[in-house]
Amino acid sequence: MDEALLRSLTPSVLTVLVRRGADFAAAEDAVQEALVEAVRVWPDDPPRDPRGWLITVAWRRFLDATRADTARRRREDLADREPAAGPAPSTDDTLQLYFLCAHPSLTPSSAVALTLRAVGALTTRQIARAYLVPEATMAQRISRAKRTVSGVRFDRPGDVATVLRVLYLVFNEGYSGDVDLAAEAIRLTRRLAAAVDHPEVAGLLALMLLHHARRASRIAPDGSLVPLAEQDRGRWDTASIAEGIDILQAALARDRLGEFQAQAAIAALHADAPTTAETDWVQIVEWYDELVRLTDSPVVRLNRAVAVGEADGPRAGLAALAELDDTLPRHAAAAAYLHERAGDPRTAARLYAEAAHRASSLAERDHLTRQAARLNARRRRGAGP
Amino acid sequence: MAKYLLLKHYRGAPAAVNDVPMDQWTPEEISAHMQYMRDFADRLEKTGEFVDGQALAPEGTWVRYDGEGRPPVTDGPFAETKDLIAGWMVIDVDSYERAVELAGELSAAPGAGGRPIHEWLELRPFYGVSPTVTE
Repeated sequence: MDEALLRSLTPSVLTVLVRRGADFAAAEDAVQEALVEAVRVWPDDPPRDPRGWLITVAWRRFLDATRADTARRRREDLADREPAAGPAPSTDDTLQLYFLCAHPSLTPSSAVALTLRAVGALTTRQIARAYLVPEATMAQRISRAKRTVSGVRFDRPGDVATVLRVLYLVFNEGYSGDVDLAAEAIRLTRRLAAAVDHPEVAGLLALMLLHHARRASRIAPDGSLVPLAEQDRGRWDTASIAEGIDILQAALARDRLGEFQAQAAIAALHADAPTTAETDWVQIVEWYDELVRLTDSPVVRLNRAVAVGEADGPRAGLAALAELDDTLPRHAAAAAYLHERAGDPRTAARLYAEAAHRASSLAERDHLTRQAARLNARRRRGAGP
Repeated sequence: MAKYLLLKHYRGAPAAVNDVPMDQWTPEEISAHMQYMRDFADRLEKTGEFVDGQALAPEGTWVRYDGEGRPPVTDGPFAETKDLIAGWMVIDVDSYERAVELAGELSAAPGAGGRPIHEWLELRPFYGVSPTVTE
C-alpha cells in the first residue's frame, strides 16, 4: 500500500471532480471517502490505474451523495448527468486547488487546515492531532472553510503569495503528534514548485530545505533548544543543503528577488559556514538590508541587529538594537546576547531572565532561563571565597 | 493560531458589575446561565475554535512531598486562599484580538435579573511552538 502515491494523486482527483461540475465541498468529501476505500481495498486488489480508480470511486460517491440529497430536496439533475470525459487535468489544476485552499477570504488557521486536507490529503484526525485540538473542532473548521470557498470560481488565477504564506505557516509549526508538518510543508511546496514557475516558490522551497537540514541538530535529546553556534554541524543534512542551495541559485539568477529568496540566502550562508566564527556575517547583514527593504518588518530589523553584532562587534549590534522598540518579541534575548559578548554578564543575566519571562514557547523560556542561570552561577563562583 | 485559557474565578477576580452570588439568583436565572455557557461552547466548536472546557469544585486540598518513605502531607482547604479557580475554557484562535472578543462574550453570561454578569475573566496564552525559521 503506497500511501505517498495515494496522497500525491488526491489533488488531481479532486480537481477532476470539480471540473466535472461537483461542488468543491461535496467533491472533497467524496475524495476522502474514496481514499478510505482505497486503503481498504488496494492491499488485496491493487488497481492497474490508481488515479483512474480513485476518480471512478470518488465520482460514484459524489453521485450517491448528491442523489440522496436530490431525493430529499426534490431538486437538481446534476446527479444523473453522465460526466463528459474532459481533458486530462494539468498541473494548472493542482495550482488552482492551492489557490482555493489559501483563498484570502479564509482565516490563516482555516487556510492551513483546508490545504492540509484537500491538497495534502491528511485526514481530519491527523490534522487535529498535529494542531492539538479535538477532532470535532478540526472537522468544523474544515467544513466551514469549505463552505467559505464553495462559491469561488475555480478557474480564476489566485495570488501565489497567499499560498506561500500558508505553506510557511505549516512549516514553522514543526511537528507534533504523528504528522511531521515541516516535511509535509516541504512536500506541498515541492509540488507547487513543479506546478508554477515562480522564483519566490523556489525561494520558499530552498528556505525550508536549508532549515530542515539542520533540524536534527536544533533540539538536544532532552528536548532543549541548541543555538546555532553550538549545533553539531556534522549532523546537518548535506544533501538537503546542497539541494536548497541549487534551487536558490537558480531562483536568484532570475533577478526577481523576494523575501523568501532573501531569507533562504541567509540560511544558505549559515549552512555553508564550517563554524559560527567563519560565517560570512558581512554578507548576511547585506541580505538583511535587502529584507528590510522588501518587508520593512521590525522582526527583520531585530535579526539584522544581531547579525551586525557578529559582523561589526557587539557594540555596533547594541547600537542597531537601540533604534528598535524594546517590546518586540526577542528584543531582550538579543540584547542579553550582545551584552554578554560586550563583556557585561550582569546586564546580560538580567536581560536573559526578562527574555525568559516574555518567551512565547516553553523550549525558548527554558533555554533563556538556563542562559541567565549560567551567567549568575559564573558570577557567584567568581565572587565566592 | 494560538491557544488561550479563559479562567473563571470563584474568588480572586475583581468584582463583577452584576455581582450577586449565584445562590441568590432564581432557579430560572441559573438555568439561563448554564444554557448560555453550553451554547457558547457549542458555538465555538462550530467555528472550529473550541479545545476544552471544565468546571472545578470549590473545595480542594493542598498536597506536598514529605520525604522518602513518608506519605504526602495534605492540608487545607484554606479559607484565606485569595485565588480560587472555578473553571476554564481553552480556545484555539487566530489572534489575541479574537481571544479578547470571545472572553468578552463569555463574560456577558446572564446572572441575577437575567442581566449580564460582566464578570472578570483571566485570559492566559499557552506557550506555542518555537518557529523553525528564526535567524
